[in-house]
Amino acid sequence: MPPAIKISQLHKHYKTLHALRGVDFEVPTGCFFGLLGPNGAGKSTLINIMAGLVHATHGNVRIMGYDVRQQWRQARQSLGIVPQELVIDPFFSVRQLLRLQSGYFGLGAENNPWIEQLLDSLNLSEKADTNLQRLSGGMKRRVLIAQALVHKPPVIVLDEPTAGVDVELRQALWAFTKHLHKNGHTIVLTTHYLEEAENLCEQFAILNQGELVALDSKSAILARYPYRFLRLTLTNPNVNLPTTLQANVQSIQNGELVLRFHRKNDQIASILDKLRIAKIHFSDLRTEEPSLEDVFLNLTTAKKA
Amino acid sequence: MNWYGLYTLFSKEVWRFLKVATQTILAPVITVLLYLLIFVSVLEGHVEVYQGISYSTFLVPGLIMMSIIQNAFANSSSSFFQSKMTGSLVFLLLPPLSSLEFYLAYTGASVLRGLLVGIGVWIAALFFVSLPIYNFWILLSFSILGSALLGSLGLIASIYAERWDHVSAFQNFLILPLTFLSGVFYKLESLPEFWEAASYYNPFFYMIDGFRYGFLGVSEINISLSLLIVSGFLVIVSAICLWILHIGYKIRY
Ligand SMILES: Nc1ncnc2c1ncn2[C@@H]1O[C@H](COP(=O)(O)OP(=O)(O)OP(=O)(O)O)[C@@H](O)[C@H]1O
Ligand SMILES: [Mg+2]
Repeated sequence: MPPAIKISQLHKHYKTLHALRGVDFEVPTGCFFGLLGPNGAGKSTLINIMAGLVHATHGNVRIMGYDVRQQWRQARQSLGIVPQELVIDPFFSVRQLLRLQSGYFGLGAENNPWIEQLLDSLNLSEKADTNLQRLSGGMKRRVLIAQALVHKPPVIVLDEPTAGVDVELRQALWAFTKHLHKNGHTIVLTTHYLEEAENLCEQFAILNQGELVALDSKSAILARYPYRFLRLTLTNPNVNLPTTLQANVQSIQNGELVLRFHRKNDQIASILDKLRIAKIHFSDLRTEEPSLEDVFLNLTTAKKA
Repeated sequence: MNWYGLYTLFSKEVWRFLKVATQTILAPVITVLLYLLIFVSVLEGHVEVYQGISYSTFLVPGLIMMSIIQNAFANSSSSFFQSKMTGSLVFLLLPPLSSLEFYLAYTGASVLRGLLVGIGVWIAALFFVSLPIYNFWILLSFSILGSALLGSLGLIASIYAERWDHVSAFQNFLILPLTFLSGVFYKLESLPEFWEAASYYNPFFYMIDGFRYGFLGVSEINISLSLLIVSGFLVIVSAICLWILHIGYKIRY
């Protein structure tokens, strides 16, 4: 079975800007995949190339084995895209719009039950006959998701689906994407909410300035970060830290001291010794693993410097 | 071919202009009636273009064809440009629709709008002049070829345009002059030599002249030649349109 998405040696030049610089990776079928990167990294460009909205300057992309340029009909049939921008067609009601969209994919009335099901799962049934202009931003976002799913694509790409969405809807959207994933869809997600990405995704690709800086499973990517943290609740918040510890301080506020230590080169015991010598007392102590955010910042800011 | 996709896009386009039929059908019919009233009341009895044919009888077929082609252009250009501006064009770019399917759907809807307006003008004109049909098939051929030509021209213009005034510039500096200099209101022979010669390079002239033949049975140019020239232009403009759709000019980057 071919991978859901195969990206080979992809380059994109926008006039003078080199937006993608030889990106090369695969998304396995059935994977919940996180595509991360700071603003302007090239995530949307990559997604738009998958969708055929942007033409690559060099290299190619295959969706379920279909080349997006040569076998574009099959490739597009296999792909559902939720675009980053909130766009709507002001002429139609939600149901009309979904039926039209399904028609463009060659599906007629036989697809109507699926459309009703989509309206229902995205809580749009009540608004099904409302004109799109009269929907709130969050509802428009849900319509966009429904539109991407009308043709039951095996691969679904969500480009920042939760930008500007309230907490409740965000939870609902994640629950819905999890459900799709469970039903066998391959999901590619871009988001700037790294904590959520960490909870949802099994694998990650991190882009920075058009280059792939990391590609791994969640555990492997987190293990890349060489540091762990020691969180201490101090008995006396006003302490003078000895110079021997200065280099390890990650943060100190509200009586919570967080020390960063290297997995291999530092030993907890020696850090605790230093604390004892400096007469710093604490009422509680915890070690913490790095979060995706720490890894992300480490990978994407190191590059700039 | 994605026939059902093509059919869906075509119906969406038709639905779009029917929803606002007062603007897209009724308003153009009324505009043409105003032309008719003014020109006929001023010129009737003073001008006889073809022997034995009153000026209004001469004028009405030209006005019908003029409204057909203007509305065909307006339909595809405004619809496509609007979806480009709202961004909803993306929903047409994601599905498996080819440039040919795209072209046929937009041009087809333009032809239909052109024909509906044309029929509207014709019916309304019947209250003023008697206008028997000389050859129905000629009328149908010219109106379909002409509206398809302008429909695809409208598509090209709106693909190219980045602002509304680009679309209206196309309309005001190309379509409008070519229409007025095409012999809707007069016979080319009555023009000064230079303008007469120049008018033979105007494709609109052949559309109007050929269409008029369908009503009156007389024309300035041999009808087969007009048919050939209009078809030739349609082929060229359609080829350009299909090409820019194919390469994704200003649509897919
Ligand atoms: N149509 C375009 N023409 C020219 N440059 C473009 C175009 N689209 C994107 N770019 C540029 O390409 C680079 C990558 O943009 P892209 O939208 O892919 O980033 P992104 O990773 O999606 O960022 P964000 O998180 O802000 O959405 C940016 O520098 C952007 O300015
Ligand atoms: Mg983006």
